[in-house]
Amino acid sequence: MLDILHKIFVGPFIEMSHAPDLLVQVLWEGFVSGTLYALIALGFVLIYKASSVFNFAQGIMVVFSALTLVGLIEMGLPAWLALLMTVGVMYVLAVSVERTILLPLVNQSQSTMIMATIGLSSFLIGFGGFIFGGEPKSMPVALLGIPTGSMQFSVFNGHINIQNLDLAAAVMALVMVTTLGIFFSKTRIGRALRAVADDHQAALSVGITLKQIWVIVWFTAGIVGLTTGIFWGARSDVSFSLQIIALKALPVLILGGFTSIPGVFIGGLIIGIGEQLFEYYWGVQMGGGTQGWVAYMIALLFLWVMPQGLFGEKIIERI
Amino acid sequence: MILELDSIDVVYDHVIQVLKGVSLQVPRRGIVALLGGNGAGKSTTLKAISTLLQFERGEVTKGSILFDGVRVEHSTPDELVRRGCVHVMEGRRCFEHLTVEENLLTGAFTRKEGSSVIADDLELVYGYFPDLKLSRHSLAGYVSGGIQQMCAIGRGLMARPRLMLLDEPSISLAPRVVEEVFEIVQKLNHEQGVSILIAEQNINIALKYASYGYVLENGRVVLDGEANELRNNEDIREFYLGIAGEHRKSFHNVKSYRRRKRWLA
Ligand SMILES: Nc1ncnc2c1ncn2[C@@H]1O[C@H](COP(=O)(O)OP(=O)(O)O)[C@@H](O)[C@H]1O
Ligand SMILES: [Mg+2]
Repeated sequence: MLDILHKIFVGPFIEMSHAPDLLVQVLWEGFVSGTLYALIALGFVLIYKASSVFNFAQGIMVVFSALTLVGLIEMGLPAWLALLMTVGVMYVLAVSVERTILLPLVNQSQSTMIMATIGLSSFLIGFGGFIFGGEPKSMPVALLGIPTGSMQFSVFNGHINIQNLDLAAAVMALVMVTTLGIFFSKTRIGRALRAVADDHQAALSVGITLKQIWVIVWFTAGIVGLTTGIFWGARSDVSFSLQIIALKALPVLILGGFTSIPGVFIGGLIIGIGEQLFEYYWGVQMGGGTQGWVAYMIALLFLWVMPQGLFGEKIIERI
Repeated sequence: MILELDSIDVVYDHVIQVLKGVSLQVPRRGIVALLGGNGAGKSTTLKAISTLLQFERGEVTKGSILFDGVRVEHSTPDELVRRGCVHVMEGRRCFEHLTVEENLLTGAFTRKEGSSVIADDLELVYGYFPDLKLSRHSLAGYVSGGIQQMCAIGRGLMARPRLMLLDEPSISLAPRVVEEVFEIVQKLNHEQGVSILIAEQNINIALKYASYGYVLENGRVVLDGEANELRNNEDIREFYLGIAGEHRKSFHNVKSYRRRKRWLA
């Protein structure tokens, strides 16, 4: 009994203090996956804010965009052109979603909308598979100008190893989250988006065009998805099994609140770092593979303490 | 006339007819009141004009709406805002998680001018509503009802409208604040030349500021006239202003037959 308590409450911390360089390595790896979790959750937040739709297809959009990019490069297009065309495809997707799902279903219930996004994901799986084939593809990292190789840093009398790819992913994710954060808080379109999120009828009454906002938001979510797909795909490979990373978004959203951009970022980091630390220092003793559920545990623990999430919008109630 | 409704019918959900042959006119630079009790069809009329109706599955099935000489009944809300007709909805409907100033700026969404013009207009709005300037950085969800009403009107003003549709601006405000809001609306009308159509249950205050009024009941215009005529109209005095009413409550039941007859006559 005492042994178990020791293994849980003392051992791991002794281990951390004995090998601080290893701890830094684990934290870094957690940080990198955290930023990618944040990116995928960001896609959800954008769409949820603007249309109150929980987009089940977000995970598929990540895969679909990455698959389109790789597929176009494999067809022999230069990488830059393929990238440009993929962006174009994501725009066409956004417009189609607006035309075929959002517009006809405006004012329908939440569950109808969710069903519609489930339909969308089946369509994307089928369509993507039909055009680009079902087998896993590898992301042509070099063609896209993403750095490979790794760097060594010495810390605490030891050293850590940083993959350039990871560094690029983290930087890209940071840039994206910050840009979008500024965009939504400072610009005309960003204000309009938050207005739509608050009260879409009132937004209509001041002349904000919902259609335009929806297209912008789905397109942005598509681009965020593409970015996630490129880096995640580079770390493993590109196939529809990638969509399970969408499962990581849910605990991040629970933590960060469904409507907050800083929220998903902090939430992503907490989940990413938390699950990495747990796996390395506790999980291994439990047989490993804890990443599947630890994220949900962390989210539930936080939910217990802070029911609105870390950054959930205050629900304004007046009497 | 800046606005002309010619016997419009409005139907919700394809079957529920709410307005029947409503006609009304708003002269350029005029203030017109649309009066009536709860459920009379005031909001529906305003939504028909601003075309917000289509988002509640409502439709103008007959008649025509001319704004500035152009038929608009099949237009879109942003198109109307661009043309200069802004609807300040019932219940204020400020964006609660945006600051007061951000709310005002959303009102300029349709405008193409540069940010310096918009900034000037923001100052103009603050000039009319000094209270808004004081709470410009507060979230609109947390300010008082009076400030919210001013914020909603100010937001509408940021579109530089030629016609404003105000839906029950007096609702759940203290009498002193109601007075303040109406004074500012009148000033906007005089100084900026904004035509105003106000829907109100508070007939007293509406007829004090309007020059002409229409009384709506069950989706029909049952009475219209100059504001001072309406103020002196026996029915209005009895049933809405309660001036002649020593047994005001019971009038409603006992005399409603007589009242209807006189209006229909
Ligand atoms: N979206 C809607 N669908 C069906 N009926 C409606 C809708 N909105 C309003 N009504 C009905 O139309 C009538 C007039 O409503 P409204 O225009 O809101 O009146 P007022 O603003 O004068 O109180 C009411 O009987 C109301 O129940
Ligand atoms: Mg009303």
